[in-house]
Amino acid sequence: MIETATLAAAWGLVPAVVAVVATGLLLGLVVAVIDQTVLTGGGAGSGLSPLREGTRLLLEQRRTTLAPDALLWRTGVIAVPVLALLSLAVVPIGEPTLWSTSADLVWFNAMEALLWAAVWLVGWGPNAVHALTGGYRFLAQGLAYELPLMFALITVGLGAGSLRSTDIVAAQDDLWFVVTMPVAFVVFLAGAAAFSFWGPFAAPVGADVAGGVSSELSGVDRLLVQIGRAVFLGASAAMAAALFLGAGAGPVLPGPVWHLLKTLAVVVALIWVGRRLPVLRPDRTVEIGWMVLVPLTLLQTLVVAVLVLTDFYG
Amino acid sequence: MLTELSGGAIAAVAVLGVLAAAGGIAVFVVDSMARATFALLASFLAVAGMLLVLDLTYLAVITALMMTMEMAVMAVFMIMFMMNPAGLMPMTMVHNTRGSAAVGVGAFAVLVVGIWTVDWPTRDGEPPADPTRQLGEAIMGSHMLVMLVVGIGLFATILAGTVLATARGRYDRFGADLKASRPDDPVPGGLPR
Repeated sequence: MIETATLAAAWGLVPAVVAVVATGLLLGLVVAVIDQTVLTGGGAGSGLSPLREGTRLLLEQRRTTLAPDALLWRTGVIAVPVLALLSLAVVPIGEPTLWSTSADLVWFNAMEALLWAAVWLVGWGPNAVHALTGGYRFLAQGLAYELPLMFALITVGLGAGSLRSTDIVAAQDDLWFVVTMPVAFVVFLAGAAAFSFWGPFAAPVGADVAGGVSSELSGVDRLLVQIGRAVFLGASAAMAAALFLGAGAGPVLPGPVWHLLKTLAVVVALIWVGRRLPVLRPDRTVEIGWMVLVPLTLLQTLVVAVLVLTDFYG
Repeated sequence: MLTELSGGAIAAVAVLGVLAAAGGIAVFVVDSMARATFALLASFLAVAGMLLVLDLTYLAVITALMMTMEMAVMAVFMIMFMMNPAGLMPMTMVHNTRGSAAVGVGAFAVLVVGIWTVDWPTRDGEPPADPTRQLGEAIMGSHMLVMLVVGIGLFATILAGTVLATARGRYDRFGADLKASRPDDPVPGGLPR
């Protein structure tokens, strides 16, 4: 195994994990604040409202349902934020990642796939019809966007000749990947929004099913799931900045600052656009995913493969 | 092989192995669709953890990725094809319980006896610098034919299973003479046509 500098090696395992968890929670808070600001038009106190709501949920008494599957419900509720934070383990923070493997991209995608299981459990656990409907909506949407998302990730790995995040960042020294992989970039961000079931992909928590997956969540449970959604959106924005926008590359300012600025720009753009789109009906997404996005992303991969063969990426 | 691993790694593999076996047994014990599914998933994730301990990162994460998706897709198939789609009532998830348990225990016994009695060869040479790259080169090179045959076989099985299970065919969609310009689907799909 090639020894690469990781945060865990540089700072020791425990401080590095604490740093990554703190980064993740901060990113989540930033996402929640920007989301709230875009939604309410940025009135006074919209920056504080996620914190206020979080505190309220922390103090709220949990309610339960008749004959829930408590074990699986709790497992799903805890897994959502844990998986969001685990996906951050392979995102370059500053320069190194918490944990560098030879298959970082697949790790990120595996955490997303585990989110399928976790969110379905959150919907299944309470033994309630609206929650279960929401869980199945999440899976139905997943069938639509998972393949295009995988092709988008494969395109990035193909361009860099490596699945390791730090190699991918290094491969963008001359040209950011977003220039030659615009389709993959958009599909990656759409996948991120869909895995957080947010914006146009919020049907699993839709008002037409009384809140769906989250309809029976209360107190700490609801807080954990909301944190997981926001952290995952933030982590995906940071990953998008690393995979497509050259992470820390930029003049004058140090690398980590550039990466943070790009991450914030991606978050703002994603929320600004996402909050202006209508919620997609889950039964309408599969055909679009398979008839439009799969061919498009395959074509994108083909273009990048030809560029790789012509030594375009050096 | 065992001698090359640290004590902590051997302990981790042992614990994960017990978890994997326990997850497999739990599939037979629990009485709900969701619990059986996720007991199986826990078993597979323990196997992925073992691969991770052995530094086979790609195989580990791809195992976690594929098995999780498989379980999720299984949940979708259940709502499509089963009489108790939500699985909210107690039900067993195994058919022919005694037979399958016997096959499972028998296979486990044969494998364990084999693993501990075969005189495994010692490693010849060094571990590769990047096992992921080596695996990719093997799949895309010397083992390409095997992978293609297996891949097409799996794909054909999936299609055949779906075709056998669904009640609707092209005559239902396009009419008896197959001349309808728009397919008559219960779910319209997302594209205008």
